[in-house]
Amino acid sequence: MNKPFLAALALGLATSTSAFAQTEIQWWHAMTGANNDVINRLADEFNASQKDYKVVVSYKGQYADTLNAGIAAFRANNAPHILQVFEVGTATMMGAKGAVKPVYQMMAETGQAFDPKAYLPTITGYYSTAKGEMLSFPFNSSSMVMWVNRDELKKAGVAEIPKTWPEVFAAAKKLKAAGHETCGFSSAWTTWAMLEQFSAWHNLPLATKANGLDGFDTELKFNSPVHVKHLQTLVELQKDKTYDYSGRASASEGRFTSGECAIFMNSSGFLGNVKANAKFDWAAAPMPYYPDIAGAPQNSIIGGASLWVMGGKSADEYKGVAKFFTFLSDTDRQAKLHQESGYLPITKAAYEKTKASGFYEKNPANQVPLIELTNKEPTENSRGLRLGNMVQMRDVWSEELEAALAGLKSPQAALDAAVERGNQMLRQFERTVR
Amino acid sequence: MEKRALFSSKILPYALLLPQLVITIIFFYLPASQAIWQSFLLEDAFGLSSEFVGFENYRHLFGQPEYYKAMVTTVVFSTSVAILSLSCALLLATQADKQLRGGEGYKTLLIWPYAVAPAIAGVLWIFMFHPTLGTLARPIKAMGIDWNPMLNGKHAMTLLVLSATWKQISYNFLFFLAGLQAIPKSVIEAAAIDGASPLRRFWTIIFPLLSPTTFFLIVVNIVYVFFDTFGIIDAVTGGGPAGQTTTLVYKVYADGRLGGDLGGSAAQSVILMIIVIALTAVQFRYIERKVQY
Repeated sequence: MNKPFLAALALGLATSTSAFAQTEIQWWHAMTGANNDVINRLADEFNASQKDYKVVVSYKGQYADTLNAGIAAFRANNAPHILQVFEVGTATMMGAKGAVKPVYQMMAETGQAFDPKAYLPTITGYYSTAKGEMLSFPFNSSSMVMWVNRDELKKAGVAEIPKTWPEVFAAAKKLKAAGHETCGFSSAWTTWAMLEQFSAWHNLPLATKANGLDGFDTELKFNSPVHVKHLQTLVELQKDKTYDYSGRASASEGRFTSGECAIFMNSSGFLGNVKANAKFDWAAAPMPYYPDIAGAPQNSIIGGASLWVMGGKSADEYKGVAKFFTFLSDTDRQAKLHQESGYLPITKAAYEKTKASGFYEKNPANQVPLIELTNKEPTENSRGLRLGNMVQMRDVWSEELEAALAGLKSPQAALDAAVERGNQMLRQFERTVR
Repeated sequence: MEKRALFSSKILPYALLLPQLVITIIFFYLPASQAIWQSFLLEDAFGLSSEFVGFENYRHLFGQPEYYKAMVTTVVFSTSVAILSLSCALLLATQADKQLRGGEGYKTLLIWPYAVAPAIAGVLWIFMFHPTLGTLARPIKAMGIDWNPMLNGKHAMTLLVLSATWKQISYNFLFFLAGLQAIPKSVIEAAAIDGASPLRRFWTIIFPLLSPTTFFLIVVNIVYVFFDTFGIIDAVTGGGPAGQTTTLVYKVYADGRLGGDLGGSAAQSVILMIIVIALTAVQFRYIERKVQY
């Protein structure tokens, strides 16, 4: 054996023994592409910044898969410390008292400096109790924006980025005529775009009781004439692919970056991937609206995900998690995260800092979700959503939308069925959380 | 002829049976009884609260039009896959049974797909038939077919049947080939001397003599389509579009794991269990009589 080898071996042993004294913090997440790199970098930076704790990240699939993996792990007494749960899983997590450790409680018990007022209320409102106690830690909050390929719009003879739905339809027809035969416009997260955000943006109720924020005894309402008419239009446009369905989640978002779809609605958190992969002049714009609906556009609602701390861990482990959250809230780090990923800044200080630095003038895409969220004072219909069984419900809604788009059902029948089947799930959830 | 085995010790036969019994109890009876118990409970996803609700999960299940739709889908899916994979495998096996140059090579290649995990098989087929990315989707579109398995249920089902069949052909092929090689050559040669054409020899001699193999494969294939195709469905269509490729076993997964409705999902597994037990019983009781051993 040569000397360098022995030295390397000795070094390896030394580092592994020091790692042994560290407390591991498991963090399960659902980020891919550029956002996955961000997560890995955050964990590395935190691990390098101190010696007592080691954050270990694991990718667990898309949002719904990650939530289910967390639930299954909890049932097997093997839950991670931190679970990234998307916005629609919020009610499920809130209902799971005992399975989660509320963030405000953990911060107080571990003696970490924590001021809930430092965070943007539009965001923390989603993840707090009525009393303002923060239950989960906002991590990557986003909203839905319309991504456009300016080069292709120009080629098709569309000078201005469309603002309203009729303008989007007209632009899509021109794009199709100009060679985009397979896709005039499309969207990721179809139910989020066409039902949930659509309702808030047009000040229409998705469900009663302020979309569930005021109680679990809520009933779905999205089979209104406006919703039906919008779906009817999409069904008509699907026939010749002026609108083309892109599936339930975000797996097909490459249709925008590849140039196939020149108008594509997706999360503002798509920014990192767009920057890395789009080889054209792109922009983000607010979601389109129908100008004949009174009050439209209202304000958009939050998507993205927050970090839930799972219950049943030791005091030392919670201390590590709390330290990590403090690390994440650091103003410089938050400002950088916001500027790179397209997710919203979660602290007021990070927002002010980004604004003061003149960042938005050069990077208007980062500000679009903020403009949408704060467009008007939120109403009962646009404060947010809190529906139990929402993950499964979204699948049911998608099923019905697909049935309408494939011409198997009329738009009215599809939305009626989506509402009816969803209501059954809401009633079941209401019973299990009692 | 005495068929019974005689043991001098009384313990030995039980000791020999023990490993098999332990495996059956741990991996079948325990989970099955747990599923039956679970099917009478209403529970939240985390298992924090549970309430005994009797047959409510079953009543709820039979009140869902989607459940009947899944039954029809399962029947369509399983018969197409069973028929297609059995007939393709039989055709390939009869051809491979001939004296061919490099025949061993063909045989080995034909067996390979069986080693591919279902989810991987599914992903392979998606890559070939994805409406925008797929290499094979382009020629289909060039033929003027608006190929879109993401929205068209028939296209999605075709894709699923093809990928599930492709994976199962190898297994069937192996058994058919073994079955063919076990048929005495003298019988076939005698028929040939009597002037029977190859086709006639196949239907009157080979096919009936293969019937035990065929019967065994039918049972195995039905079980395969009912349970093992889950990975392919999950990877290729996820039960969509509009639930048109949701089979019974996929619905168990979708409602239980994705939806967190464990009681309803358990009720479905119990029904699925009953269906498969009944199917197998019918096959052994009625079809087996027609099989010549």
